[in-house]
Amino acid sequence: MSTDTTISQRPTPPSYEVPKAIRFGALAVGFLVLVLFPLVFNNPTISTIGVFAMIFLMAVTGWNIFSGYTGYIALGHAVFFGIGQYATAMLASYWQIPPGWETFLLIPVSMFLAGLAAIPIGLIVLRVRKHTFIVLTIALMFIFQLFAYNLRGWTGGSQGLEVSQPPWDGSIFNLPYYYVGLFLAIIAIVTSFMIRRSKFGLSLLAIRDDEDRARSLGINTRNSKLTAFVISAIFLGAAGCMYAMFVGSVYPQFSFDPAFDLELSIMAFAGGLGTILGPSLGALIISGAQQYFLITFGGANVFLIVYGALFILILRLLPGGVVPAISDKWRSHVVRKEQRILDSESEGPAEAGAHK
Amino acid sequence: MTLLGVEGITKNYGGIQALRNCTMNFQEGAINGLIGPNGSGKTTLFNVMTGYETPDSGKVTFRGKDITNSTPDEVFAAGIGRTFQLTRIFPRLTVIENVHIAAQRHGLIAQMRQWSQPDERARALESLDFVGLTKLAREPAGSLSYGQQKLLEFAFIMVAEPKVMLLDEPAGGVNPTLLKHLGGRIKELNKTGVTFIIVEHDMEFVMGICDQVSVMHQGSALLEGKPELIRNDPAVLEAYLGTDMTEVK
Amino acid sequence: MLTLSGVFAGYGGGDILRGVDLTVEKGSITCVVGPNGAGKSTLLKVVSGLLVPRLGSVTFQGESIAGKSPQAILKGGIVQVMQARSLFPDLTVRENIELGAFLINDQKIVQQRFNEILDQFPMVKDRLKDKAGSLSGGQQRTVEFARALMLDPALVVLDEPSMGLEPKAAAAMYGYVRQMREHGRTVLLVEQNVRAGLGLATHGVVLEAGRVRLTGTGKEILENPQMKVLYLGGSTQTE
Repeated sequence: MSTDTTISQRPTPPSYEVPKAIRFGALAVGFLVLVLFPLVFNNPTISTIGVFAMIFLMAVTGWNIFSGYTGYIALGHAVFFGIGQYATAMLASYWQIPPGWETFLLIPVSMFLAGLAAIPIGLIVLRVRKHTFIVLTIALMFIFQLFAYNLRGWTGGSQGLEVSQPPWDGSIFNLPYYYVGLFLAIIAIVTSFMIRRSKFGLSLLAIRDDEDRARSLGINTRNSKLTAFVISAIFLGAAGCMYAMFVGSVYPQFSFDPAFDLELSIMAFAGGLGTILGPSLGALIISGAQQYFLITFGGANVFLIVYGALFILILRLLPGGVVPAISDKWRSHVVRKEQRILDSESEGPAEAGAHK
Repeated sequence: MTLLGVEGITKNYGGIQALRNCTMNFQEGAINGLIGPNGSGKTTLFNVMTGYETPDSGKVTFRGKDITNSTPDEVFAAGIGRTFQLTRIFPRLTVIENVHIAAQRHGLIAQMRQWSQPDERARALESLDFVGLTKLAREPAGSLSYGQQKLLEFAFIMVAEPKVMLLDEPAGGVNPTLLKHLGGRIKELNKTGVTFIIVEHDMEFVMGICDQVSVMHQGSALLEGKPELIRNDPAVLEAYLGTDMTEVK
Repeated sequence: MLTLSGVFAGYGGGDILRGVDLTVEKGSITCVVGPNGAGKSTLLKVVSGLLVPRLGSVTFQGESIAGKSPQAILKGGIVQVMQARSLFPDLTVRENIELGAFLINDQKIVQQRFNEILDQFPMVKDRLKDKAGSLSGGQQRTVEFARALMLDPALVVLDEPSMGLEPKAAAAMYGYVRQMREHGRTVLLVEQNVRAGLGLATHGVVLEAGRVRLTGTGKEILENPQMKVLYLGGSTQTE
């Protein structure tokens, strides 16, 4: 036995995070690509895909602020998407807003109304825990769908409502929608980032991991959940407004559509639920693919099969989503590098067979 | 003076009587020990006292106020913090994030600031350093071993700075040297006025640190008194400690 | 009986075991002690096949077992009782124990072993029909021991058998460990209750920062001045 009384220590672990320089660079490139996209691909069919991608981007990022961070998977958030759509359609005609740039002023209005509606809705659905919560949100969404069908005087019932289209030339029609959408999407991402960086965001994650434990450390879980719920609703309202303006018509079954939330959750999961950029990436990949397949395979719902296959493929190859997969790969890379260094350094005299 | 008391607490789990007309008092400013065989109801009592479970009958009082039906956050707001026998940490967050959750902030604007302010970070690192987890600050807490998770819980309960700390088996899985340090910190905190109630099986630890010891048996209080008294009581020796107490100083 | 040589292993975040050389003698009770985070549970996982070492070799009764599946290792004669409670709470005690012999097809052997084990653990006999979840911690641990013996293992691996148990129950567990040795089995255990663990053991191993620091008989290690540094006033930094 040696007489060395010093305590041996493990080496300090290296940083496993992707270096800031790389992350910043990737973000800058991504931003540039998104800004230049419709200018490069100025075929309206393609830029339409872009507009929808932006709408989904802001919607998924908003959805993730609540469902990704708190772990309460909301499958009825379409309620706010629908409120945004109907508010836009109804107010556009009621206030007789001329089609064109002025219609965009309805965006903050829709956001406000969606947020306002989220308060009582949130107070109701957040009284229950995760599993019951999911069912309750779906039920609530269907209730709103029924309202849309039945309050015909206001909502036009199953005939729906129209939003007059601006008289812009076909070749540049999509551009304003795309860039406003991009602007809103960036606001959503920045909001998500700031929340994640704050104490509030940490509280949300704590709720996700162990809600009662979070309470026992002083976190006001009720207020935290409600705040996240309202913030996410605001972005869904914005998405609804953009959608109504761009598509030009609003119907109950498409405004309050259960499939919409499933799409949002698929995008968020594929990109990385609970990460900041994951949902955005997921939105870009999936909605881009979805629209593309719709156009290519359109008609019969073959595109759904292709779309489903894509989703399964992503989950098989990158469980946890794209962003976590990238983090893991980077971590393994750093760990292996570290091990190579340590292996070559260690020359333990008595350690026979240290290398296979 | 009694700080935290339970009176006539009964709790049933479908046929199993976990707590049976349990009445106990825990002294303010003291380090109270709570011992007893497995299944005697210690953890259930903690759950009832901290709002994780409601008793079928009976009362929990804190400074004379009835807190029987309080929720975990109300209990914490009253100044009572606790750790868990089967550790409850936030597994997907890093160790340092875990500790920051316990740091208290007041006011709406404060919540929106970055989660790690300099003074909070300093306190977090100090408590991590104390329990020896500094090197693992950036690791997800779920990847820690059981003993390390116990230490993490102790670290963040220190940061939360409650006036009353309920520790459920803080020694389980913890290395003996480190345990001595935990004991030292508990004594220090106690001098500043923090009251402790500690559930433990490690008799050396309990006898070495506690001012008062309560013994539970089959869901109710058996005996309360100074450590020397408890240690030599024949009923306690028979039921719980076994006769091999020669190891304990 | 069991030899680890130059073992490096981890969970994808860097090595926890950094060159472990260890021998477990046949018929011994070998107790591994060490600071938190030294890699004790990781070591046991490698032995049971739950973790494949990145480098190094693990030999059991002359055969290499590193990289073998947990089932193959079970069949080969190594059974582990985990640190966490692992009984099925809604099944009866009898069902839980019988499940220990899951890999054995011959029901006659299963029943025979079961009866032999009942004799070794009399406390279990009274509670056979009770749901395992209704037993106390010490009783559950005893059932886990009984279950582990159903495969008649040559090597029994125990991860902190006395943790969370009251003094009397802990003493009973140590009694069972001695009993296992008397029946010709080898026992490898990890214990945070150093004095009890090393007092029980024939051989002791001190693991620190993923390496073996000291070996010797239980008594030697307890009385070693270095141990005093490590355990009574030494470093508190976890690894």
